[in-house]
Amino acid sequence: MVENRPWLNLISHVVLLLGVAVVVFPLWVTVVSSTHRGIDLMSAPIPMWFGDQFLANYTRMLTAGMDSVAGQPLGLMLFNSLVMALTIALGKIAISLTAAFAICYFRFPLRMTCFWIIFITLMLPVEVRILPTYEVVANVLTPLRKLLGLFGYEADEVVLLGMTIDLNLSMLDSYTGLTLPLIASATATFLFRQFFLTVPDELTEAARIDGAGPMKFFRDILLPLSRTNIAALFVILFIYGWNQYLWPLLITTKPEYVTIVMGIQRMVNVADTEPQWHLVMTATVLAMLPPVIIVVAMQRLFVKGLVETEK
Amino acid sequence: MNKRVTFKSQWLPYALLAPQLAITLVFFIWPASQALYQSVLRQDAFGLRTEFVGLENFAALLADPLYLESFHVTIAFSVGVAAVSMSASLLLAVMADRVIKGATAYKTLLIWPYAVAPAVAGVLWFFMFNPTIGINAWILRTLFGYDWNHTLDGGDAMILVVVAAAWKQVSYNFLFFLAGLQAIPRSLIEAAAIDGASPTKRFWTIVFPLLSPTTFFLLVVNVVYAFFDTFGIIHATTSGGPANSTTTLVYKVYADGFVGLDLGGSAAQSVILMAIVVALTVVQFRYIERRVEY
Repeated sequence: MVENRPWLNLISHVVLLLGVAVVVFPLWVTVVSSTHRGIDLMSAPIPMWFGDQFLANYTRMLTAGMDSVAGQPLGLMLFNSLVMALTIALGKIAISLTAAFAICYFRFPLRMTCFWIIFITLMLPVEVRILPTYEVVANVLTPLRKLLGLFGYEADEVVLLGMTIDLNLSMLDSYTGLTLPLIASATATFLFRQFFLTVPDELTEAARIDGAGPMKFFRDILLPLSRTNIAALFVILFIYGWNQYLWPLLITTKPEYVTIVMGIQRMVNVADTEPQWHLVMTATVLAMLPPVIIVVAMQRLFVKGLVETEK
Repeated sequence: MNKRVTFKSQWLPYALLAPQLAITLVFFIWPASQALYQSVLRQDAFGLRTEFVGLENFAALLADPLYLESFHVTIAFSVGVAAVSMSASLLLAVMADRVIKGATAYKTLLIWPYAVAPAVAGVLWFFMFNPTIGINAWILRTLFGYDWNHTLDGGDAMILVVVAAAWKQVSYNFLFFLAGLQAIPRSLIEAAAIDGASPTKRFWTIVFPLLSPTTFFLLVVNVVYAFFDTFGIIHATTSGGPANSTTTLVYKVYADGFVGLDLGGSAAQSVILMAIVVALTVVQFRYIERRVEY
């Protein structure tokens, strides 16, 4: 602080408190509404203080669920979201680490081509190529079939070395389909590449003199050094995976693969009737809880991750 | 930049790159090339015949008043989100930069919305603005006599999605503005204070100009966010309505391609969106080169 101005300090606190109030108010309304009976939320103004239905609402949603999502309990949806978030976060980190390692620590033909192919994905978010991506997931072998088609071979299966290989492989309605197509990551690859470039060459030389091969160097020296970067990235990617919406909406139709974020949309958009708001708000609280806890508990890693992924 | 010391192996680098490249080629490059390819084709209603039509799909799209309207909607939406969330977070960051007591508590209370899914953020505000029971709609009705109804009024619907999107983005902008403010040398501000400049004058003549790299960076990030990351907010609340008043470009690609199954038109829309992403990415990267000089 440059000079002492008590009035200005007071104004600062008032503005900040107002800002916090606006930001937190939706959370307050949600949590309060999730502790009431449905009938209490039928007419305005809705209650602004807690009711006594906390246990009833949460137990009901976690074990039984709602009809509009085919009676799927939220426990299962939370599990699906967790699988999605963890697989995407860990998968992205794993394949980006190895890709960055290859690009930094080896000289090989087509090195820059590989780099640019990964770079391009930055400019191709799912949102801009919805339909063709859906077609690929519906049959992952489409590119192969089109290639064979160029040589005049069009069939549903191919016989290779006496084995018949089916040329249809659908990833719709599966955990693989939910996660695998989202695992490629230019951002993570760049982040690790930037970091590897700051690792001193002397470490590599020393490792080589001691007789360590590339994989041993990667495992015993690079990975331990990257620990904080990995943790920071994990926080960001976990939130990214948990909050996916368009992707599960496209490729899942069966109720057992519904994620919690998608499930809430189905609870709200019910035909011809008002949603059961007390239960929707219960689901909303449960959907927000895991990522919010991670951000608040790992605040420093979160901030580090945010700043670094934007470089 | 290259490493001076490297390892030698004929096959290992390819094996290490294989998973990333395979996923990229199958799920990114291939669909994108298909979008490019289909954007110059037209398929008949039964998917039996396709013919090459050149740029006809694009011409049809640019002559379509609905598509042009979704352009206007997207621009209005992005400007709204960027203006609301950036001005609010700049104000909060300037205040948080001043206070000493409780700075960490304020920060924690302001950054958590980042973790909320866009669709969930949409539902929260949808509930608060619900015309019959929503608390905000009730306040507007009883205190200001305004009859809020986003299911009938396009303006109300737009405000709803802008507020939800901006609310979620405040945390991100706040963190970057705060970091930007803390990077400004104290000596500059102290010198100005000794010369008798008031806090307001110091802000507009020193702090704000020095903050311009951060502001510009955030502007690009906010526009990208409003364009591509807000599908969930719109789909979960207004579904593009009423009367297309909240149909953004990304929502329209989804609605025309996935729901309406218009292959060529949707592919042409995808190609236009790709061009927008490329342009935004180029702006972002050129700017980052400039930021190094600061």
